[in-house]
Amino acid sequence: MYRGASESGTGGKGIVIVEKENIPLIRVEDLKKYYPVKGGIITHTTGYVKAVDGVSFSVMRGQTLGLVGESGCGKSTIGRQLVGLEIPTEGKIYYDGVDLTLLQKDRKQMREVRTKLQMIFQDPYSSLNPRKHIYEILAQPMLYHRIASKDTVEKEILRLLDMVGLPRTVLGRYPHEFSGGQRQRIGIARALSLNPEFIVCDEPVSALDVSIQAQILNLLKELQKELGLTLLFVGHGLGAVNYVSDQIAVMYLGKIVEYGEAREIFNHPVHPYTQALLEAVPIPDPREKGRERSLLQGEIGSSTCPPEGCRFHPRCPYATKQCRQVVPEMQEIGQTVGSNVVQAAALDSSKAGVRTRTIQQSMHLAACPVAGFHGVRQEP
Amino acid sequence: MMLREIDRKFHEKSGPGRGQKPDIGSESYLQTVSRRFKRHHLAAVSLIVLAVIVGAAILAPFIAPYDPNDIAGPFAQGPSKEFWLGTDQIGRDVLSRLLYATRVSLLVGVMATLISTVIGVLLGLVAGYFGGIADMIIMRFTDMVMSFPYILLVLVAAAVFKPGMWNIIWILGFVDWPGIARLVRGNVLNLRETNFVKSNIVAGMPLRHILFSEILPNTVAPILVYATSVLALSILDEAALSFLGQGVQPPASSLGNMLNGAQSLTVLTTQPWLWIPPGLLIVVVVMAINFIGDALRDALDPNSGR
Repeated sequence: MYRGASESGTGGKGIVIVEKENIPLIRVEDLKKYYPVKGGIITHTTGYVKAVDGVSFSVMRGQTLGLVGESGCGKSTIGRQLVGLEIPTEGKIYYDGVDLTLLQKDRKQMREVRTKLQMIFQDPYSSLNPRKHIYEILAQPMLYHRIASKDTVEKEILRLLDMVGLPRTVLGRYPHEFSGGQRQRIGIARALSLNPEFIVCDEPVSALDVSIQAQILNLLKELQKELGLTLLFVGHGLGAVNYVSDQIAVMYLGKIVEYGEAREIFNHPVHPYTQALLEAVPIPDPREKGRERSLLQGEIGSSTCPPEGCRFHPRCPYATKQCRQVVPEMQEIGQTVGSNVVQAAALDSSKAGVRTRTIQQSMHLAACPVAGFHGVRQEP
Repeated sequence: MMLREIDRKFHEKSGPGRGQKPDIGSESYLQTVSRRFKRHHLAAVSLIVLAVIVGAAILAPFIAPYDPNDIAGPFAQGPSKEFWLGTDQIGRDVLSRLLYATRVSLLVGVMATLISTVIGVLLGLVAGYFGGIADMIIMRFTDMVMSFPYILLVLVAAAVFKPGMWNIIWILGFVDWPGIARLVRGNVLNLRETNFVKSNIVAGMPLRHILFSEILPNTVAPILVYATSVLALSILDEAALSFLGQGVQPPASSLGNMLNGAQSLTVLTTQPWLWIPPGLLIVVVVMAINFIGDALRDALDPNSGR
C-alpha cells in the first residue's frame, strides 16, 4: 500500500522490492541522533550529545525486538524516532520497505503511515489527558482517521476494552479514577485503536507494581499473537525484556553492543556488559542471598564525549590496551562462525538499495574483540 | 475477568449513590470544584454580592427610577424620598446614573478581560508550543509591553484614538495580555512534554486538536484565576481613566466619571452623596472579584487534596 508512494518519494535511489516475507517490517540503518549543546557568551553550539550513534537493526513481521540498556543509553530515543516524535540526525528507518525519514517531509503520506506505528508510554499517569474521559481519549483519534464512524465508534471502543481486559463500564470515567495497571491497559487500547502493525513499548511496565507487570506483559504477548503485531520492547531489566522478546539488542552509550536471539543472549551472553546486566537481575531465591555478584562499578559514560575506542572500556573488567584504542566492530559469535551476517549487512547497506540478508535463526553478534576469551558466562 | 469483578465490587461499595449505575460513582470535576469553593465563606458571599450587582446592572433600564441623562429634579440635592441617592450638579438622579455606570464599568471590565485573555492565550500557546524563534519574538514583545509605564500608554492611546467606551475596551484589552501570555506559555511548556500530548502526535492528530483540545483545557484553571485579577484591574483602570477625563465620555456615566465631580473641593466636602456611592461600589466590586479569584485558585488546584 505504501510501497508505491515510496518509490516516487525516494526518486532514483530505487528500493528493491523483495517479497513481503523476506523484508523485515522495520529496518533501521545507521541511525544517529545528536542533540546540540548550546553554550558560550553568544549562544552557539558547543558540542553534541550523541544519544544514538550509529545503530542498525531490523524487526521481522510478528516478532519482538527487545532493546535493553541502562538509563541514558539512547534506547528510548530510538523508540521515539521510530514513531516520528523525533527526527533522526542521520540514518534511515524503513517501515515495510518505505523510508520514513524521507516521508517525514510529506505530511499527508506521513499521516497515513503514522497510524501504523504506535507507542505505549512508560508512565501511565501522564499518558492520559486528565480532563478527558475514556470515551473521548479512545474515540477522537479513531474518528479523525475515519477508522470508525460516529455510529460504529462505540462498538469499536467496547471491542478494544474487551481486548485489553477492562470492564465496559469505564467509558465515562476520568483517568484519575484508575490504577496504574488499568491506565496502562487504556494506553494499550489507545495504541491498538488505530490498527497499528508496529508498536513501540517504551518501558511499559517499569512504572507498575511487580504484580501488575506480569499481567501487562502477558497481555502484550497475547495481543501480539492475536493481532500479529510487531513490537519494539524497550526496557532496562533483562528479565522482563527476555520474557517478551524474540531478539534482543543490548545498548551501551548510544551503540548496540550485542544483538541476537533472545534465548541465545540470555543463556550465553558474550559481551561483558551483557554479562553484567544479567548478573544484576535479582534472583528470587533465598538460597542465593549470600551469592557474590560482580556488579559494574561507576556510572555510564558521558555521551557528549564518549570514551575512545570501545565505549565500555572504562568499566570493563576485561579491558585491554587494544580496547582503549580500537572501536570494536560487530562480529559473529558462536557455532555459526563464518556466516558473518552483520558485516555483510553493513557492507550491503552502503550500496543503496540492496536488501539486507534474511536474519538467520542462530544469529548472535557482539561488539567486543576479546569476547572469545570469556565467550561463555562463567557459572558461579 | 477477575479485574472486572473487583472493579464492580469496588464501585458498589464506594459510590455515594448505591443505586446508581457504576460509572457515575464518583463526583464530577465541577462538583469537586464547587464543593471546595463553598468552603471559602468570604468568596461565597462575594459571589452573591457580585451576582446582585451584575443583576442590577443588567436590569438597569427596568429598575432605574429615572432616565440617567434626564434632568429630573433640583440641582445637587441630598438624598430624599424621591431621589434615594440625591441628584448631581445638573439635577440628574444619582441612583439611575449609578446603575447605568455599573453597567458600563462591568462591560468595559469583562470585554477588556476577554480581549486580553484571547490575545494572551493565543500568543502563549504559540510561544510555548513551537518554542525557538517564535517563542523568542513573542516573549521579547511581551516583555516590551510589560515594561511600558502602561497608565501613560493608555492615556496617550486614549488621546490619540478619541476617548469613548469601545476605545477604552480595546486599549485596556491590548495592554493587559502579557501576564496571561506568560502564564499560558509556562503551562504549555510543561504540557508539551507530557505523554498524552506525545501520544496525540504519534496518533497523527492535527495541530488544532493538540493545542485546543488537549493542551488548552489543562490550562483553563490558572487562566481563570488570572482573568479574575485582570477583570478587577480593568475595572480600576477604567475608573482611573474616566476620572482623568480620558475614559467614558459624558453624558454616558461610568463609575470613574461619576467620581470626576469629586475633583472639586466643594463636592468633596459638602456633597458626599455624589462620590461615596460610586467609590464604594468600585471597592466592593473589585474586592468581591478578588475574593472569588482567591477561592477559585484553591478550588481549582489539583494538588489541594480533597
